[in-house]
Amino acid sequence: MDIQLKEDKILNIITSIILVIITLIAFYPLYFVFIASFSDPVSVSLGETWLFPKGINLEGYKNILSEQKIWTGYANSLVYTVIGTILNVVVTMATAFPLTIKDLPGKKYIMIYFMITMFFGGGLIPTYFLMKNLGLLDNRLVMIIPGLISVWNVTIARTNIQSTIPDELIEAARMDGCSFIGCFFRMILPLSKAIMAVLVLYYGVGHWNAYFSAMIYLSDTAKYPLQLVLREILIQTELTLELIQDNEMARKSMENVELMKYGIIVVASVPVLILYPAVQKYFVKGVMVGSLKG
Amino acid sequence: MTEKKSLPSTRRRKWKKILEYKQLYFLLLPAVIYIAIFCYQPMYGLVMAFKNFSPLDGIWGSPWAGLNHFQRFVTSPVFFDILKNTLTLSIYSLVAGFPLPIVLAFALHYTRNKYFKKTVQTITYAPHFLSVVVICSLCLILFSPRTGIVNTAIEKLGNERIFFMAEPKYFKHIYVWSGIWQNCGWNSIIYMAALAGIDQSIHESAMIDGANQLQRMWYIDFMGILPTIVVLLILNTGSIMSVGYEKVLLLQNSLNAEASEVISTYVYKKGVVGGEYSFSTAVGLFNSLINFILLFSVNMISRKLNDVSLW
Repeated sequence: MDIQLKEDKILNIITSIILVIITLIAFYPLYFVFIASFSDPVSVSLGETWLFPKGINLEGYKNILSEQKIWTGYANSLVYTVIGTILNVVVTMATAFPLTIKDLPGKKYIMIYFMITMFFGGGLIPTYFLMKNLGLLDNRLVMIIPGLISVWNVTIARTNIQSTIPDELIEAARMDGCSFIGCFFRMILPLSKAIMAVLVLYYGVGHWNAYFSAMIYLSDTAKYPLQLVLREILIQTELTLELIQDNEMARKSMENVELMKYGIIVVASVPVLILYPAVQKYFVKGVMVGSLKG
Repeated sequence: MTEKKSLPSTRRRKWKKILEYKQLYFLLLPAVIYIAIFCYQPMYGLVMAFKNFSPLDGIWGSPWAGLNHFQRFVTSPVFFDILKNTLTLSIYSLVAGFPLPIVLAFALHYTRNKYFKKTVQTITYAPHFLSVVVICSLCLILFSPRTGIVNTAIEKLGNERIFFMAEPKYFKHIYVWSGIWQNCGWNSIIYMAALAGIDQSIHESAMIDGANQLQRMWYIDFMGILPTIVVLLILNTGSIMSVGYEKVLLLQNSLNAEASEVISTYVYKKGVVGGEYSFSTAVGLFNSLINFILLFSVNMISRKLNDVSLW
């Protein structure tokens, strides 16, 4: 027993060290961006601000507040995310529920029909022409309709409904004269709150963070989501600045970007970062490997 | 006689059932239509790869090109470079990034202190929720030659500042390790779930038989989650040729292009930017075919060796 206790102790120390190191590595860049966002930009670029904020300076946040395109982007992203996510979750649940009914005729073929799309796709160019033919180019709907469901999320939802709601419950409700649509709205949805919370997070974060489809399909800057505005400000300016440093215009905008860059990252990431801990305990429901089979 | 009679009646019963379940089909309808338009329609568009597509003539009206575009890609001078870059990024990501979430999951699993465990989980999950644009901006900002904190540290240690983003040799490290930083915590969830599913009574009986902690860790826990590990390895290997354009495009610039041009960014540039529709469709198709063949063969090998398979 003595040896076992000693082993336990050693193991405890090793795991604690591993966890502390990994946590610090994950945490520090986020923490640094946060303190740098309201510290004096000069002390940040000289490397003096690294553990505590120094020379509190809210100039950056003021500039962000006065930057019109950031707010347009924010509003656009909010609209795309809210409408998109509601549609995603409703359609995903509506698709998952029938696939949990054991004796649904043709279920196997419907499953195959969905599954194939997880392994095959048309790729970038054919999809681009599809959007063009559907009139979705430079149309706000392109940020909402494509990606309506993810087959992966449908299988996750389906497995969860199967494991949390017994068949007998639905059969009993059917006996009592409840229609399937009635069952869906009155039983399945209210009993699946946990998995729906996970789906809201998955789809919502996906919408909020999307930039690529906006980049290739949208051309009107008034329709740009926040991420595309961020790309313009942070990545393009930052790179041009590093490459051409002697241009007067570039230097002007450089100072501006220099002042705002940490704050912009904070402003863009905070909505997501305050939401996920609320759903964290349900994450395990969203990662069932077994769901791909059967 | 009886057979003839039963056939229509089973069919009728089937139809009756379909009618009874019509509301379920109604619920499935939006997804079925969506998949038909947004997933199957582009698959039909792949015909473009075998044509000399011009938007005016449409897919059907354009003349056939056979395998010309594939041939042109395979024999083009950039072929080996972008193939090498693609494989370098994905294999490096896989080799460096695959074991870490397993280590993290084990360390979390053996931690008794609930609050410590939950704090570690919350913090390590956080980067997963940041967008690609934010992750890439972070790389640019932290590694910036003038103001980046990494370079400040390098200088304080008495070394020369390095322009990380402009040097091809650093590209793969930045790409891979920023990815690991972002997803290590998140990817550990699945192993945590698998570890939690292992029956504790096995541990108890092993303890009575005198197995020590390390032996139990290896023979019970590690072997217990091995099927999960294998399935994830299959999935990852199957996508070894698909390095996405989203992140690469953001980290790429003219100075590091020789190390950062991968198949998907090449498709993007030739197709969306350059207008060579048929050619870039062919390149994309070539890429996904190889992916599928890889997934299929790794799955088959694993089924033969371990009896673990995706389907």
